[in-house]
Amino acid sequence: MKKLARGAALAVLAGTVATACAPGTAKTATSEDKQTGTVKVWLYDEANRAPKEQVVAQAVADFKAKHAGVEVEVSYIPTDAGPRAEKMKGAFNDPSSAPDVVEFGNTDLFGYTASGGLADITSDLAGWEEGKDLPQDLKDTAVVDGKAYGLPWWLGVRALYYRTDVFAELGLQAPTTYEELKSAAEKVRAAHGDMLGIAVGGKYTFGALPFVWANGGDLATPSGAAYTSAIDSAQSQAGVKQYTDLFTDAICPAQQCVDLTGGKTVEAFAAGKAGMAILPNSSRSAVEAGAAKGKYAIVPLPGTAAGKIAPAFSGGNDLGVMKSTRHRSLAVDFMKELASEKNQLALFDAMGNLPTLSTARAEVVQKQPWLKPFTDTIAAGTKFVPKDAAWAKIDAQNVVPTMLQKVITGKSDVAGATKEAAAAMNSSFSGK
Amino acid sequence: MPATTVTAPADRGDSPARPAGGAPAPGRRRSGPLARIPVPLWLLLPAALVLIPLFGYPLYQLGLLSVLEFGQPQASGGVPTEFVGLSNYTDVLGDGQFWSVLGQTLAFAAFCVLTTLAVGATCAVLLTRVGRWPRLMLMFGALGAWAAPAMTGSTVWMFLLDTNTGLVNEVLGTQGHNWMYDKWSAFAMVAVVVVWHSFPFVMITLYAGIQAIPDSVLEAARLDGAGTVTVFRRIMLPMLRPLLVIVVIQSIIWDFKVFTQIYVMTGGGGIAGQNLVLNVYAYQKAFVAENYSLGAAIGVLMTLILLAVTAVYVRSLRRSGEEL
Repeated sequence: MKKLARGAALAVLAGTVATACAPGTAKTATSEDKQTGTVKVWLYDEANRAPKEQVVAQAVADFKAKHAGVEVEVSYIPTDAGPRAEKMKGAFNDPSSAPDVVEFGNTDLFGYTASGGLADITSDLAGWEEGKDLPQDLKDTAVVDGKAYGLPWWLGVRALYYRTDVFAELGLQAPTTYEELKSAAEKVRAAHGDMLGIAVGGKYTFGALPFVWANGGDLATPSGAAYTSAIDSAQSQAGVKQYTDLFTDAICPAQQCVDLTGGKTVEAFAAGKAGMAILPNSSRSAVEAGAAKGKYAIVPLPGTAAGKIAPAFSGGNDLGVMKSTRHRSLAVDFMKELASEKNQLALFDAMGNLPTLSTARAEVVQKQPWLKPFTDTIAAGTKFVPKDAAWAKIDAQNVVPTMLQKVITGKSDVAGATKEAAAAMNSSFSGK
Repeated sequence: MPATTVTAPADRGDSPARPAGGAPAPGRRRSGPLARIPVPLWLLLPAALVLIPLFGYPLYQLGLLSVLEFGQPQASGGVPTEFVGLSNYTDVLGDGQFWSVLGQTLAFAAFCVLTTLAVGATCAVLLTRVGRWPRLMLMFGALGAWAAPAMTGSTVWMFLLDTNTGLVNEVLGTQGHNWMYDKWSAFAMVAVVVVWHSFPFVMITLYAGIQAIPDSVLEAARLDGAGTVTVFRRIMLPMLRPLLVIVVIQSIIWDFKVFTQIYVMTGGGGIAGQNLVLNVYAYQKAFVAENYSLGAAIGVLMTLILLAVTAVYVRSLRRSGEEL
């Protein structure tokens, strides 16, 4: 009986195969531009959401005062790479449930653009009065093939946080070279067995990259239209070695640190469990809320020689408009509202996110001396990931963390792991 | 499960009802083309109506995806979908990682199946031997584990095994030991959770089977002079055989397809991907790397492997003379 059922099912199945159609794809974007209705907005759900919500609520109120009959619906989406990517893919595949305005990490832009999910906002930015204050190099981070797909909203760069109380107790100075950083980390852990000398993580890509850049290495270099990985160059290998050398029992034991993410190093430092950590300016509010409050200072991450600063990753978030939006003009207007000087300043007060508009940035830097190490780091020159759709894939597939973890666990040496990572990157760059 | 039986005209089955001469009884014959469809097929129709949309269509979509070039740009509708034949399959089969993942999936599944059966069978026998209260306690505990969603179970075990604050390290006095650091240690921890989740099914099924063996049969065997071992080997085991077949096949399928426990406990495949199994590997390729068609090809290969394993197992049973 069972066999017969299966046979019958197969026979009918064969019939369906012949007639059915291809897998579903999203319908192409509409050209509608409604002037009323609801503008849907997706923003990142940061660690401390309440202050951000207040700023956004004010922006929504201001926007509604200018646009009668328009509602704004704000949702907060997860910031972790996996869930965030899922959410955005869902939005690209199903325009009917997609938002109109989105916030996204500036490294995600190239993948989203390749997927055809974001609208070209070149002309909207050109006609934006306040936007004239946006520096060109920042605008360039959101440009693909001469078209702008994002509006840089705020900046985040990383610097070295260290515990002033522990350093004073041990007679240590803030490190100015890699060697000093390493020996300070060892001394901290030797004196405080329950603390990590420096909180570093095997999954903390942007904590590792400054070491690679400081040694003259890079993730990839452009060659013609495409990129070629440079992570296996001698300079890059030196940087990878420096970073992975910090995963010793005397500094940050491999068992504990091999699967730490950037977020976990924030937690460790904020909880007072680490002598140092490489954290962005936007994590300061989290540290202020923890046990380390009032017992830390910040310096630029030291480079290879005294007086040099390791180039930081020029991080930050952009705002963009979805290609599938049915309220294009309203969406653009709301995006401009969020990115206005007033709201960038409010966001800085609430979160510590550096404004992208030059005058606003100059203003907060003058007001807040703790920002100096971050602005010094920016002034010394920042670096960025390859501006290629393949980067989103390389990031999602954990190519860099896998490389670091292989070295940290001793499964591979620096040369072997970096060669493997370079091969994986190159296969992504070539469109595989 | 040879397909030949399918083609046998099914209405031959009701021949005993016919007159010996072979001509169908007058009055039973309907006219029209529908009459030529054998009755058993009509009877299968309701089942087919459920099975085809629920199982056939997704399988068909999986197969179709696996011969297309289908990534995120295609899913968003920006780039046309292209037929690429078997190139996804050659990509998968040519990837050394696929073979190493396949190897460790088979080993992991085999270990989990054997352990689940051993633990489940032991507990089933235990249930028949202990008093009412211990039996209730064991039942209750096992059903609790069975009822716990895989996600919840895995997360709770992760709390227990946490490197710095876990109860396990606290009790053993091994703070700072990362159970997920070593490849085999990580696999072992996940295996414990998989077995913990799946042994109650085996236990309950076999317990029901043992209870269903009539006392008279066992008594008769004992009167004929059979000892405990003989009773178990010659009476109980053969009577439990059909149930054993079901729990073994179920366990193979479950453990080969394990996803949640690995994904949650090892953070998507372990340190540097050391704990990948096929299902997680397919997920990584399809949804993380956004190569849906490559993931579909791995899915098709997994289905084929499972069908082959099940077929071999069922065949070996038939050869030894057992009916399913």
